[in-house]
Amino acid sequence: MAVGISTERKDALAKVSGRAKYTEDFAVKGMKHAVYVRSTIAHGRVVRINAEKAQALPGVRAVFTYADVPQIKFATAGHPYALDRAARDVEDRLLLTRDVRLEGDEVAVVVADSELIARRAARLVEVEYESYPPLVTPEAVLAAGARSIHPGGNIVGAHCYEVGGDVRQAEEEATTVLEARYSTAMVQHCHLENHIAYAYMEDDGNIIVVSSTQIPHIARRIISEALDFPLGNIKVIKPYLGGGFGAKQDVVVEPMVAFLTRKLNGAPVQINLTREETMSCTRTRHPFHGHIRGGIDDRGILQFLDLDVVSVTGAYASHGHAIALAGGAKTCAMYPRSVIRYNARTVYANMPSAGAMRAYGTPQVAFMVECLVEELARKAGIDPLEFRLRNVGRSGDINPLNKQVIINHGLKDCLDKGREVFQWDKKKAEYADRKSGTVRSGIGVACFSYASGTYPGNVEIAGCRLILNQDGSVHVHVGATEIGQGSDTAFAQMAAETTGVHYDQVKVISTQDTDYTPFDTGAYASRQTYVNGQAVYKASLEFRDKILSYAEEITGRVKEALTIAGDRIVYSAHPQTTVISLRDLAVDSYYHKDRGGQITSEVSYKTRTNVPVFGCTFVALDVDIELCKVTIREILNVHDSGKIINPLMAAGQVHGGMSMSIGAALYEELLVDEVSGHIYNNNLLDYKLPTMTDMPDLDCAFVELIEPTASYGQKALGEPPAISPAPAIRNAILDATGVAPTQLPMSPKSLFRLFRANGLL
Amino acid sequence: MTRTISFILNNEPYTLDVDIRLSLLEVLREQGLTSVKQGCGVGECGACTVLIDNIPVDSCMYLALWADGKTIRTVEGESRAGEISPVQRAYIDAGAVQCGYCTPGFIMTSTAFVEKYQGQAVDRELIRREHAGNLCRCTGYETIICAVESCLQEQSS
Repeated sequence: MAVGISTERKDALAKVSGRAKYTEDFAVKGMKHAVYVRSTIAHGRVVRINAEKAQALPGVRAVFTYADVPQIKFATAGHPYALDRAARDVEDRLLLTRDVRLEGDEVAVVVADSELIARRAARLVEVEYESYPPLVTPEAVLAAGARSIHPGGNIVGAHCYEVGGDVRQAEEEATTVLEARYSTAMVQHCHLENHIAYAYMEDDGNIIVVSSTQIPHIARRIISEALDFPLGNIKVIKPYLGGGFGAKQDVVVEPMVAFLTRKLNGAPVQINLTREETMSCTRTRHPFHGHIRGGIDDRGILQFLDLDVVSVTGAYASHGHAIALAGGAKTCAMYPRSVIRYNARTVYANMPSAGAMRAYGTPQVAFMVECLVEELARKAGIDPLEFRLRNVGRSGDINPLNKQVIINHGLKDCLDKGREVFQWDKKKAEYADRKSGTVRSGIGVACFSYASGTYPGNVEIAGCRLILNQDGSVHVHVGATEIGQGSDTAFAQMAAETTGVHYDQVKVISTQDTDYTPFDTGAYASRQTYVNGQAVYKASLEFRDKILSYAEEITGRVKEALTIAGDRIVYSAHPQTTVISLRDLAVDSYYHKDRGGQITSEVSYKTRTNVPVFGCTFVALDVDIELCKVTIREILNVHDSGKIINPLMAAGQVHGGMSMSIGAALYEELLVDEVSGHIYNNNLLDYKLPTMTDMPDLDCAFVELIEPTASYGQKALGEPPAISPAPAIRNAILDATGVAPTQLPMSPKSLFRLFRANGLL
Repeated sequence: MTRTISFILNNEPYTLDVDIRLSLLEVLREQGLTSVKQGCGVGECGACTVLIDNIPVDSCMYLALWADGKTIRTVEGESRAGEISPVQRAYIDAGAVQCGYCTPGFIMTSTAFVEKYQGQAVDRELIRREHAGNLCRCTGYETIICAVESCLQEQSS
């Protein structure tokens, strides 16, 4: 048995001993270093560019400008290719651009013998611009007569749906209707390893790209599209990766290094972005600006939710409107019994591009929903937890948007468990008289729903190959990528569980190489455990059957009576008797002259189900009114993610997501000047990424409802923990102070304004 | 311009001619010690933390030539003869390892911390304060704190 226990991470030893190799750790002789020449303005056009001084610097090998790159517009989002053209991502990028759309846009690139020389040379490239007024706010972008940031206009996408009934009718049945405006900030992933890739050619026809990417197979396709170079002649290798959180579910520097190695006769060329470049010139989380209305009847039953949101994708579409689409869709399972109207637009702006980031639009939408739900509960005089328990979905409900039956709706279970673990009722009574004075205390709760992959929006394809080695050990090849979340370990546990081979004898090959790794679209959408879990299961069943069949061939014992126990084939009914060791069987399969062959199995499987996951956050906190400072005393996340494959690593995922949401709730915000488009704080000093002193103790719990559609009862877990902490914190601040924050982050600056406006200061 | 410096690195003596402009981070990585990671290059993230005379230092903003005569420890030197250190073991057992990029720097900070507070009562606030120079985006720090606590508990028991 390997599933459901906290086996040791497969990569733990390599990582604690410092031997795990990341992209930058593969020193290649003769490596050239490329550095972008970035625009100093946020909106405009290059009028003249002069690279003579840069080219004259010793050690500079080449300078390319927007005039030198293929005029092929490509999309960068890490989605599977869509057969339906209308479903494809927006193709709005060139390798280098003459049209400047954000401060730091890429107008030229310098290649030199060292990074230092390249950076110095990049500063010597003289660029003259024609400036346009930067369009930063949604109002500016959508104003009549606003200049188009891209040829097609400033709206990237829009959609609207009304499900579960009719809002107008629901509004008539409501006795209380409230409305509010909420906004969320642009935050950045802050993965510790910056974006980095290098490329080289071993002959004129093949490009090899080594990259810190979540999506090696997709990266190969996009490089092929951007360079108009045959896909089969591109190899993408993904070594250990130092965090991604969605920022690397996008092709960022890969097409450029592939372009440059071709230009430099196959020489190895690396781009290693600085922290400052990573923070403002790669991807961020979309800020959302929303207007939301909701109504309840006199029994405290939620009748409708009506959302109008604008999502700002920044200078380039990247994942574009898919974020607003997913954010709305994934939230629908939370309160499936009410009417939901969701109207969303995604707009360009002259600020950093936004892409995928942990939970993909859902934190923004859930924040708005859970803020308004809180106010409705309070207005009706109902305890916020009680109100949610009354209104959240139940198992067997139909998701009003996709019309699927929700077999396990674990949200009530999560709220019940949280109530007990957090001691909600006791705390509520205790905190009742701490609502005045300088330091006030409050408790808050908030819920979320999410999904397990992207189907049916995208294909959900996963591949797994198992190989029996000569010593009886097993190699597992998967296209699903380990990015720190622990997927390699989870897959090893699954393979061990189903084959019967001992966990220690199962090795998941962590490096993806698109030349031999089975096809899989990569790490995103919390899809891997659920989707690739099916492929691992099927491949393991086939593999086990092949081993037992071969055992029968060798030993003459009927295979139906046999099973695999660790490193031996045994009788199922008498496991202490070894029929043949796995090692002897393996050696025979390889080297017997007249029978056998390498024992492998390989499955490529498309998952055609997608199940919702649920959870909630409970938080207790103090607000120092004079310091405008929030101190979290206790915080608990409770999750329904089906069967938990590895409890210790699952808790790690929850802690990480919680900390990201706490950061977004209280500290983090990438600041862009509304007039100039200047980015103020694209570094880890001025951008308030929480340190250990800023982070409270984190607690989590699971309700393990076994998911019937999945091979091991599992559902998604990676992203969801990052959704509900922020609205729970907001609701606790409201509980403590009586005033309702409407925007993130609830930093001292923003709380100061709020408290001033409400007479607290 | 180069200068010759000598130092002890993970218990081995080294004498190197180093470019005076290079950081200790760059020199260590050139020596193959790639556990020393550059996450920012300006002392914000702590991924490049090494111990210099047993004090955690951001090697990205420490000139290599300042290391002359010093004793340097990186995480590569913490496991000996196939045995990982108690701090490394505690990180694994507590689940404090995820993407692993901040891990070597964190382990060095924790190693110095555990050696400094050996046998003393330590609370979580002290652990937090003395690890505040290392950033991690994966763990929310919870399991790292648990790992450090477990090292101290083992020592006191």
